Amino acid sequence: MAASSTGTYFTSYRAESALRRTKAEWARLALIAGFLLALPSLATGPLHQVLELHVINMVLIVVIGAVGLNILIGYTGQISLGHGGFLCVGAFTAGVFYQRFDLPAPVGIFAAVVFTAALGAFFGLPALRLKGLYLAIATLASQTVIIFVASQWSWLHDQGETMNLSRLRIGGFEIAARGAGHWQWYWILLVFAVLSVYAGRNLVRSSVGRSFMAVRDQDIAAAAIGVNVTRAKVTSFAVSSGFAGLAGALWAHYRGNATPETFVLETSILFVAMVIVGGLGSIAGAVYGAAFMWMVPELITKALLNVGGSEWTSRVPHLEMIFFGLLIMLFLIFEPRGLDRIWQRTKDYFRFWPFRY
Amino acid sequence: MSDFVTFTLYGLSDGAILALAALGFVLIFKATGVINFAQGELLLIGAFTVYTFFVIFQMPFVVATLLGVVVAVALGVVVERLVLRPLVGENPISVIMVTIGLASVLKGAVTLFFGVQPQRQPKILPSGSLEFAGARLPLDRVSAIVIAAVVLLAFTVFFRYSRHGIAMRAVADDQQASLTVGISVRRAFALAWALAAVSALIGGVLLGDIEAVSPSLTAFGLLVFPVVILGGLDSVPGTIVGGLIVGLTKNYINGFWDGSYAEVGPYVLLLLILLVRPYGLFGQTRIERV
Repeated sequence: MAASSTGTYFTSYRAESALRRTKAEWARLALIAGFLLALPSLATGPLHQVLELHVINMVLIVVIGAVGLNILIGYTGQISLGHGGFLCVGAFTAGVFYQRFDLPAPVGIFAAVVFTAALGAFFGLPALRLKGLYLAIATLASQTVIIFVASQWSWLHDQGETMNLSRLRIGGFEIAARGAGHWQWYWILLVFAVLSVYAGRNLVRSSVGRSFMAVRDQDIAAAAIGVNVTRAKVTSFAVSSGFAGLAGALWAHYRGNATPETFVLETSILFVAMVIVGGLGSIAGAVYGAAFMWMVPELITKALLNVGGSEWTSRVPHLEMIFFGLLIMLFLIFEPRGLDRIWQRTKDYFRFWPFRY
Repeated sequence: MSDFVTFTLYGLSDGAILALAALGFVLIFKATGVINFAQGELLLIGAFTVYTFFVIFQMPFVVATLLGVVVAVALGVVVERLVLRPLVGENPISVIMVTIGLASVLKGAVTLFFGVQPQRQPKILPSGSLEFAGARLPLDRVSAIVIAAVVLLAFTVFFRYSRHGIAMRAVADDQQASLTVGISVRRAFALAWALAAVSALIGGVLLGDIEAVSPSLTAFGLLVFPVVILGGLDSVPGTIVGGLIVGLTKNYINGFWDGSYAEVGPYVLLLLILLVRPYGLFGQTRIERV
């Protein structure tokens, strides 16, 4: 390993604040890149029993939302139970621009990000006066209000409460249907997800990100050293909702519809669970958490179906609920810092082997 | 006029049950500082344990209720010991999330065994109706109000005069100080969860009898938040006033306007309260302001 056993040392500030600091990190990046390039072939080939490309695509979408929420909860320390609502706003904004105004999809996606960010800043305003659990309940209320508007506003709906989006077309290029379409979507979503993770990593090592963390750790002290607490909080809400807006827009385009039912309180809770299971205050953790919470309950129930046979089918949603709750509880009780911490510990174990520390 | 009386009665009975659910919530928050998102699920578990003993095992209703109370107390104590105790001192989001996880497990367990359909349970409360001011008032709702009032009164007396009740108030007030005078904080924590589960059980049974014993009872649990924010998170009388206001608001909107607005109405109310008076009508004004 490139890092010495006593720590990693730098000779310049530039080197210390770099995204990739050691050779080992570069090597891991190369491995991840190779894995991501090979993933669609694996998912349609040897691994198709466990992984489906469709599921992976959804993971790429929720990764974006989870990164956004971790900036808000993990880095700024503001609790939000309204993330699902912001995804809903993003989905419908993209849909309105694409379907109702007939504008190109990229314009709609961009508009979704901007509009959701603005709305997020607005709904973040209670955070200026409220903290902790009061804020959690306030965001719960805004979630309810957003979903209510989205389900009542009939101009948005094509049938029931759903808005249908026709297949994504950019310029002359149109996404193929089903199988081949999943491949094309994979590359599109991968680009967005990688850019989002990159943006998140860059944000939290900038002065803005440091001001977020100062507010999280001790807001009075942060104000005393000259951090504008108001601006930090509102910015954090805006940034986090912007990510949610992007995720929602992609979700709507990918699924081909937008409906408030997808973005109810349970979705918000799922996102908070991703952030906590992945590890609060870690962009990488958001990625692990999103993949974990999206795929593991599904894999467990799939395994159960294989073992128990088809009479278990009706029980699957209930079992999924139980597993979901158990995962959250077990992680919080036994590893409150989440998957990211487990990964760090594993790395340390191998680095110091054969010694304990 | 007769409509108004009917909606008022519906609002009051909903409000009385909400107050019971909110009472458990406030007990837990006061004693342990935990925001319990599983309150609705405690309601659900209560309703379904009584249903199990009463309908499936064919026991007399009183026995079924007593057994239900035993189960509720056990559940409360176990949850406190196994789930919440390891998280003492963690940040609020972790504590909130662990109760959300608990809610998911409890609801999943109930729907796994009983399915999502409403269950048939013989009527327990009187089923006739009462003529008053030109309105027909269902007797089960009237008696639900009476029962809830008696239970709330019993809890108030318990906190005011009994040894354990006073000890719990002391713990809520200052944990360090109560430790120094020899009060067991652990027991107070366990007692808070047990009592919360019991009050939720009573609320769940009443609600199950008025509407139906079904998993959708948990939706009632989310309405606890407007109630407690309105009344003040740490105020027992606040839960009664808050419960009645939310119950009435919901039923007036539902009756005079539109059912879909009735769902969102309490939350709009909640946002307004948070902006104007975040510590509620009766809560202590020591809320952390930024």
